Amino acid sequence: MNHETEISAAAATESSAPSVRIFGVGNAGATLLGALDGTEFAGAQFAAINTDAAALAASSAPVKINLESKLLRGLGTGGDPDRGRALAEEQFSLLKSACEGANVVFILAGLGGGAGSGISPVLARAAREAGALVLAFVTLPFDCEGNRREAQAQTALEHLKRAADGVVCLPSQKIFKLIDDNTSLIETFRFTGGFLVEGVRGVWQLLTRPGLIQVHFSDLCTLLRDRHAENAFAFVEAAGPGRAREAVEKIIAHPLFDDGRALAESDAVLVSLLAGKDLTMSEVGRVMEQVKRQCGHAQIIMGAAVDAALKEKLCVTVIAARQNAAPSGAPSRSEPSAAHASAPMHRDVAAFRSGSRPRRLANKLIQTQLPLSIVSKGRFDKSEPTKHNGEDLDVPTFLRRGVPLN
Amino acid sequence: MFDDNNIIAGLEIGTSKICVVVGEQNAEGGLNIIGLGQARSRGVRKGEIINPEQVEEDLRAAMFEAEQMANVEIRSVYLGVSGGHIRGFNNRGVHPVVSADREISTDDVDDVVKNAKAINLPAENTVIHAVRQHFFVDGQDGVTNPVGMLGARLEVDMHVIHGHANRLQNVIRLVRATSLEVDEIVFNGIASAIALLTGEQKELGALVIDIGGGTTEYVVYSDGVIRHSGVLAVGGDHVSNDLAYGLKVPLSRAEKLKLEHGNALIAEAAKGQTISITNELGLELKRVNVEHLQRIMSLRIEEIFQLIAADLEAVGLTDYLRSGVFLCGGGSRVPGIVTLAENTFQMNVAPGHASAISGLTTALDQPEFAAAIGLVKFGSLKNRKRGARPSLVSGIKGVFGKILSR
Repeated sequence: MNHETEISAAAATESSAPSVRIFGVGNAGATLLGALDGTEFAGAQFAAINTDAAALAASSAPVKINLESKLLRGLGTGGDPDRGRALAEEQFSLLKSACEGANVVFILAGLGGGAGSGISPVLARAAREAGALVLAFVTLPFDCEGNRREAQAQTALEHLKRAADGVVCLPSQKIFKLIDDNTSLIETFRFTGGFLVEGVRGVWQLLTRPGLIQVHFSDLCTLLRDRHAENAFAFVEAAGPGRAREAVEKIIAHPLFDDGRALAESDAVLVSLLAGKDLTMSEVGRVMEQVKRQCGHAQIIMGAAVDAALKEKLCVTVIAARQNAAPSGAPSRSEPSAAHASAPMHRDVAAFRSGSRPRRLANKLIQTQLPLSIVSKGRFDKSEPTKHNGEDLDVPTFLRRGVPLN
Repeated sequence: MFDDNNIIAGLEIGTSKICVVVGEQNAEGGLNIIGLGQARSRGVRKGEIINPEQVEEDLRAAMFEAEQMANVEIRSVYLGVSGGHIRGFNNRGVHPVVSADREISTDDVDDVVKNAKAINLPAENTVIHAVRQHFFVDGQDGVTNPVGMLGARLEVDMHVIHGHANRLQNVIRLVRATSLEVDEIVFNGIASAIALLTGEQKELGALVIDIGGGTTEYVVYSDGVIRHSGVLAVGGDHVSNDLAYGLKVPLSRAEKLKLEHGNALIAEAAKGQTISITNELGLELKRVNVEHLQRIMSLRIEEIFQLIAADLEAVGLTDYLRSGVFLCGGGSRVPGIVTLAENTFQMNVAPGHASAISGLTTALDQPEFAAAIGLVKFGSLKNRKRGARPSLVSGIKGVFGKILSR
């Protein structure tokens, strides 16, 4: 992803609306896809990707991509992300061709299982290689789903952040704060899904509605491209005379913003206002001022649009991008592509060229430790190590060669 | 009955055992092995002493046994040395012949040999052996004795084996502490080769691998001279350690399993077989998969061979080994090791037998004693060269003078 493609992609979209493709990955992804209202998203192409043929058949998406392998016997991945990843890598070219021609690719998935966690990062990489801007909207599992799913989801999130331009992540556990004891399971899931759907809708509107202060596709690119950022996302509505103040309060109190902390930590914020014809400049000013105060140093991109259908409602969409801090885990060995390794360099170069935010990047250079397992050398523990071409021959051969014993 | 001068003793302080071989040389120079003593070695790791007191104790036990068996008193020994610090390399010395008639004299030969020995060693290293290979007279190859030939430029190739001076001195001091004298120190690899190889085999080219407890020595002969030598500080101990780690059993148990069920190849019969480990009361503690055991072992031994093969490949000697590979040392007792070595080196491999020496057949047949027998043979060759041995006092002076002057 270099500047050239970015510019050409942006130039191509100046005349027309960007081509958007929305992928639902795994069972959760397909459900989320189903929740999107087709009429509202006219012009976007929907596709469902799954490893389970039966679940895929139930999906209403017009394009269905079934990643299957004889090895799985049509049973899906069985909750193993490695299987999902292997399948996706196997059919990488298929995924890439599915993303061909799109300017923006949305990936909807529930992380923690096999398909969503395994396929999404690979799909994101495929889409980026196909030249699209990749935004992933994912949910993390509830705490009660167990440590294993949680760990899988976190690993997948790390991979996804490295592969996609932006990730909007919704930890399901945070939803607990918003629901009461009587909320049924179905409603809870619908509620969780609703957040993500709102997010997709917000970005969609941003890209397609003609605005008074237009947010271009290129602005979105600037905000997200090559950042591999983790995004916090809020979509709030307010109505009535005090709607500007109400909207700001809602944004700050939004569960996904961690009581406004996400805004304070962000380094780029996109604010888009959408209201009826009576939107006043003072309202825009009030919202922007509050957001600015909250987020301090961040670069702010603002957009405003008028939609007569909204009447007296004010909708505010805020995307706060937080640069990926030093990767919490060292680069994992299973990471298949060298593209990721070079990504941070691009990022630095881009920052250097544009001359923006060098200060923030400077203190992000943290030396991490490789997760080397310490192998006890048994009786040779205290003797002089036998080094041969950098290999410690005292460590058992089968360990050094990675020969499995089973 | 015996004259002291005819008694030659070889002492090898190995990682797993200390062994003394006593030989008797008759007036014609023929050698007869008359005594053998051995003791379990406890104070040695990877061929180097880590606990002198224990070594001394074990050494006395082995000496006592050998003296009893041979019914002689041992006053001096040829001491075998080994360890990862020992290296061998070839060096060429050049000397211009300056006499008016261009005839090469013995002085010229001495000078060129001296030049070849003048090598750049690290300050703490000392030469153990400097073995003459071939002379070149004005570039003419393969001259074994240039005295009396005409030439302007005399060159000689030497194989120099050197090691860490202090570590070599440690062993010598320890042996001296038991009121034994050291006739000479000999690299174990050379001793083994002397014991195993006939003159014809040395001419044809042969590789001798001595797989000991803590180290593996290898020596290459070709055209009747030493071409290459080396030590890997890896041996049978490593196999036991790997097994202890891989099978999660104590080291002593691993050692026992190695002896009872070990194989350098994964035997068909071992597939899927398990052995139960019982405690002293006969209760089963755990079960061990024989296939795993043999795989761990096979990988380690194969690696040793691969490292040696790679080393020979690097110095370009692989094609000179026309009489093949000979194995000795305790490690060569592993079933299937000959086939494994054949697979790795792609040439004839034979378990070595100490040849051309008469005497105790029990001792001669054992591959473990090859180095010690070789030490005795080395001593007998020295004696034959030197004719009558010098008196004891001057002998000692000579030995230490030599060792120190190296």
